[in-house]
Amino acid sequence: MAGKLAALGAWIDARFPMTTLWKEHLSEYYAPKNFNFWYYFGSIALFVLALQIVTGIYLTMSYKPSASEAFGSVEYIMRDVEWGWLIRYLHSTGASAFFIVVYLHMFRALLYGSHRRPRELLWIFGVLIYLALMAEAFMGYLLPWGNMSYWGAQVIVSLFGAFPLIGDSLVEWIRGDYFISDITLNRFFALHVAALPLVLIFLVIAHILALHEVGSNNPDGIEIKKNKGPDGIPLDGIPFHPYYTVKDIYGLGVFLLLLAAVVFFAPEMGGLFLEAANFEPANPLLTPEHIAPVWYFTPYYAILRAVPAFAGTQVWGVLVMFAAILLLFFVPWLDRAPVSSIRYRGPLYKIALILFAASFIMLGYCGLMPAVQPFKALSVIGTAYYFAFFLLMPWYTRIDSHRPEPLRVRL
Amino acid sequence: MSQEVDRGRRQLLTVATTLTGAVGVAFAAVPFLASWKPSARAKALGAPVEIDVGKLEPGAMLKIEWRGKPVFVVRRTPGMIEKLAAIDGLLADPGSERSRQPDYAKNQTRAVNPEYFVVLGVCTHLGCVPMSRFDPGDAELGADWPGGFYCPCHGSKFDLSGRVYKGVPAPTNLEVPPYTFVDTGHVVIGVDQERIA
Repeated sequence: MAGKLAALGAWIDARFPMTTLWKEHLSEYYAPKNFNFWYYFGSIALFVLALQIVTGIYLTMSYKPSASEAFGSVEYIMRDVEWGWLIRYLHSTGASAFFIVVYLHMFRALLYGSHRRPRELLWIFGVLIYLALMAEAFMGYLLPWGNMSYWGAQVIVSLFGAFPLIGDSLVEWIRGDYFISDITLNRFFALHVAALPLVLIFLVIAHILALHEVGSNNPDGIEIKKNKGPDGIPLDGIPFHPYYTVKDIYGLGVFLLLLAAVVFFAPEMGGLFLEAANFEPANPLLTPEHIAPVWYFTPYYAILRAVPAFAGTQVWGVLVMFAAILLLFFVPWLDRAPVSSIRYRGPLYKIALILFAASFIMLGYCGLMPAVQPFKALSVIGTAYYFAFFLLMPWYTRIDSHRPEPLRVRL
Repeated sequence: MSQEVDRGRRQLLTVATTLTGAVGVAFAAVPFLASWKPSARAKALGAPVEIDVGKLEPGAMLKIEWRGKPVFVVRRTPGMIEKLAAIDGLLADPGSERSRQPDYAKNQTRAVNPEYFVVLGVCTHLGCVPMSRFDPGDAELGADWPGGFYCPCHGSKFDLSGRVYKGVPAPTNLEVPPYTFVDTGHVVIGVDQERIA
């Protein structure tokens, strides 16, 4: 039996690089042995992507992408389709979970310098994934055709109208109509279920290929490839499989426990994951009293609102918001510190990063709140700090003190 | 025949082929990009609508739908019209210089007939529907509020001619759609004044 299986393996290997791929990316991919808690989120993100694709495919089996039927078909999934409620709650909770995991994954990069040379492209692919994910989430949010879906899309699509000269025709082109209509819904459905998932999958493959080309960073921020044994294997490296597959399965177990708790006991998460205004159908003539995007967009929404209109146009807020996202692409070159990991960096970067995380969360909170004081003032402060953190990075990372990096990783 | 590779010739052919291919791709992209524009059906559904405003009470507002957007028709009382000029100082664009309206509505009352004010109920900030707060001294908007429109999303304020206040998120006055009176009590939204007359 084993002989026949080996023969089958050899037959495949002569035609497809099965064993080569397995070795290159799993059994002989050497990852640093000092990974900690922060290194769970990459594999969890990959799992959530798979979860969203599978639950998404099942939702399309009962969902109707038309203005007259969409809202009803979601209620049909929730009430009449066997296990439909579970599949839909997994998908809606999975969306929020995706952003939580991705934000933690990005924060890990800033902690240990994973964006730095030679991982610039790896980081750029990551930022592209984040952008594609935002587009995917935004378009998916229109599909239930609730009133918050409708007005959220209205507000975000209107942003493109702020551009001078081309704004109006650009907005009309995006919507395919004079307002957010059945046509827009159908179009967003196509992009949400076909175009953007394909883009995401390709980007994730590029992200992993880039990672495996340069090798993983680690909490000490030093290159394990600099210390290789006589066999050419990094002394501080251990094969990804079985060591990290086992570790990641444990992390996945904890994550699933938390995900299940939300799915079963708090799928709306007090209005954060599913907003109350979305339990009534879209109504073009009735704006909800207070429009707020879903929580994962609110930091950027707060930045948008922090910039006042002047010179007769509100394009500035839109530009500042896009600039806030585009800045992320330049982080590898803005960081000029001589060491990578937070463990060996000086107090300036430590304080700057902690304040950045706090101010990002504060911006997110302001974006959920109505545009009144003190949230207006806090949004301005948070926006200023957001830009200061990145734009002053070349300065404070250079003058910051640092401790020498060790030669070998520490456990 | 020479065994030497003519690199210049090869490069020229590579560039020429690439450029020809790029032109082909550009042409092929046109249908895919243009396919996103409003379809013939969407354009037909966006046709003008006629409304009866004759039965509107003075001081009341009618809300109808045109191209999926709310259109407000307010029958302003003489008292409302008188007060418009008094608050020019509080407004960001009192003369509607930077705002969008047909030429026949670019005047003090932003209307063809000062009594009937026709405006798109779409906030110029981010497209929310402003609420009518016509009563002066509104509890939420303060004792000095002269009456007008208030956007619940981000707090923009407009007067009874849809003119925007200073210091609010909306940059310009509410947009006046093209419209025309077919007779004293009927208005058509979506057709310019001169096109019918």
